[in-house]
Amino acid sequence: MNSITICDKQYPLEKEENLLKTLLQIKTTQNNSLSYRSGCRSGVCGSCAVRVNGVEKLACKTTIKAGDCVEPLKNIPIIKDLVVNLSNQKLSLNMAFANLEEKSDAIITPQDEKSIDLQSNCILCNSCYSSCPIYEVNKEFIGPFALTRAYRYVNDKKENNIQNKIDSVQKNGIWDCTLCGNCNMVCPEHIDIKNDIMMLRNKSAQLGYTDPNIGSFDGGFDTNLDFGFNPNGF
Amino acid sequence: MIDVLIIGSGGAGLSAALEAKKNGSSVLVISKTYPTQSQTCQAQGGINGVLKKENSQDSINSHIQDTIKSAHLIGDDETIRFMCEQASDTIQWLDDIGVPFSRDTNNTIAQRKLGGASYSRACYSSDYTGLKILHTLYDNCLKENIEFFNEAMLLNFIVENETIQGVTYLDIKTCEVKQIVAKSIIVASGGYGAIYDGYTTNSNASTGDAIAAALRANVTIANMEYIQFHPTTLKENSILLSESARGEGGYLVTQDEKRFIDELAPRDVLSRAIEEKIKAGFDVFLDLRHLGLEKIKEVMPQEYDLALQFAGLKLDCDLIPIKPSAHYTMGGIKTNIRCETNIKNLYAVGECSSNGVHGANRLGGNSLLEIITFGRHVGKIASEKVHDIQINTEVKSTQLELDINFIKSIFLAPNEVDFYSIKKEIGALFYDNVGLFRDDKNLNKVLEQVEIYRRQKSLMGITDKSKVYNTNLKEYIEFLNILELGDTIILSALNRCESRGAHYRVDYPNENEKFVKDSVIMVSENEYTMELV
Repeated sequence: MNSITICDKQYPLEKEENLLKTLLQIKTTQNNSLSYRSGCRSGVCGSCAVRVNGVEKLACKTTIKAGDCVEPLKNIPIIKDLVVNLSNQKLSLNMAFANLEEKSDAIITPQDEKSIDLQSNCILCNSCYSSCPIYEVNKEFIGPFALTRAYRYVNDKKENNIQNKIDSVQKNGIWDCTLCGNCNMVCPEHIDIKNDIMMLRNKSAQLGYTDPNIGSFDGGFDTNLDFGFNPNGF
Repeated sequence: MIDVLIIGSGGAGLSAALEAKKNGSSVLVISKTYPTQSQTCQAQGGINGVLKKENSQDSINSHIQDTIKSAHLIGDDETIRFMCEQASDTIQWLDDIGVPFSRDTNNTIAQRKLGGASYSRACYSSDYTGLKILHTLYDNCLKENIEFFNEAMLLNFIVENETIQGVTYLDIKTCEVKQIVAKSIIVASGGYGAIYDGYTTNSNASTGDAIAAALRANVTIANMEYIQFHPTTLKENSILLSESARGEGGYLVTQDEKRFIDELAPRDVLSRAIEEKIKAGFDVFLDLRHLGLEKIKEVMPQEYDLALQFAGLKLDCDLIPIKPSAHYTMGGIKTNIRCETNIKNLYAVGECSSNGVHGANRLGGNSLLEIITFGRHVGKIASEKVHDIQINTEVKSTQLELDINFIKSIFLAPNEVDFYSIKKEIGALFYDNVGLFRDDKNLNKVLEQVEIYRRQKSLMGITDKSKVYNTNLKEYIEFLNILELGDTIILSALNRCESRGAHYRVDYPNENEKFVKDSVIMVSENEYTMELV
């Protein structure tokens, strides 16, 4: 019999089907206790992110087939089945000072607005957070979505004061990232988070910060190359 | 002590929270979901406002007139005027707190024309306007350290001597029933579109919980029959394709590729025209092919993705099959221009309210304007008034006990009749009979059917007996709310023997001046009756 596995339980699956539709079908006809979050069903509310065969996906935008395995997001405590505790979200955003602090009077051009367009499409689905390998070694890491959001405001012409944001992403932030790019690969909005983190590093360098990892070597290397350690081998 | 308790964390709730906090009030927001998961994130097209621009012929008066026209005399002219006059301030405020509005070549906020508007006056952020507004508001709430209780579902209002005292709610994570006492309460909990289960663009969460609670607490609700159907949603799954598609020049065609209507007509007119074509055996499509890939990707990237992801079709080379779906509910808790209800210190704002700005039919771009403008307005009003309110923090209401017992009883209920299948049946019944075309016979048929479902209530329940994040329980309570509100929609629709805006009666196809009144629901001895006031 064709089946899929959801949180270690097997359910029959006749044909390829939308995952959210499948979850609803199972919940309402086979297992009323199966728990998951969903909202808009159209990829903008960010509530239905899960892992399918180990990769973060929005259930509403994913087609599943027999043999697939559906699990909750990683790096976040599980409450029940596919539901994880989202209290990390607020903490991360607060750590990154991700808001407009001091409004400037700058004229905003179409190009200015476009330069933060992609970052401001973030739906806070936590896929990037789940995919990030840094949490295996540093639970305090600010995390990809909060760093992208910090960059969205750092790069916003409306922001007059980027210092606090740049200060706040130094510790447990931009230099802890290995630039593996997992976050980019799972972002349903196709945000180039890795690039945003690199841009934050450039901004930090302009403001006098240096990569603490390089500074920690005696004598130091005279290079700023970062080879992007990738634990998953992508 | 909480000065201002806000129920709901969409655009209206967050705007109210920011304003109340700014005015020095202690604020708590409780929400059934997480703030950025609110329905506001789905608004795509834009937010209306007449901005002072050179060479623009638009005027505030024109915005007012367009809105009044769309409201079909059911709206409140004074409230409409207030909203339209405030629009420019509202948009400036949003821009100032960080909303990345798209710019035009003059480096001013870009505007597009939406249906029913005389000029291009909808400001937008590509076609993610609601998403970007909601997230920017949330960022600002975090900055201002506003407190949230997330995944807290409103159960009931605590009212004594016609004055609000607090609420009871279900903590979804623990299934505990709790009480919050507050000096004033702002209800900003969204609409009831999810009653059209399977035929709506709305989030699953839009089950009108607060409106049902209002009904139980004798808070006046009105105009429940006015439900807007969006003309362009994907045929397969009711996923919304924004009005911006037509605003930017998209066509509506049948399979012979012939256009059959002015694509910028109001939503009710378009939805009925499309439904008539579908009933006559045609397939109806949205056609954007002539706009070209570059323009489509620039001005409606989300729609491009949605059509690709959810229908497997490309906007630049395919015809997109569509149907109308329930999209926005104009009815709700009746308020005046100050968002006040008939209960002292209880306010309502946004889609859960019926304040007269949309009347019988909402214009595209006016809902985002409404939630931000009135959200800020009510935040200010409520916070200014709290200084005069004395409240006993030791409220010993019977409501908490009643609701604890109510939840206990659900856990003990037999669950011989499956509420999920009934919820689905109600969605289809409402779409077919309480949808775009209504008549006496079919409305009565649905009323009888809802009564049959209600009689089976004692046989329904839940199978998940866990006290941890029990969505079976949450969804059952939502279902009960839907069942309660269903009646009010049908009764209001039956009583309004005319056609006006979104409410169309096949048996009374014209407007009748006798009905230039609000449909108000009255409650007596657990029976609902309808009155035109």
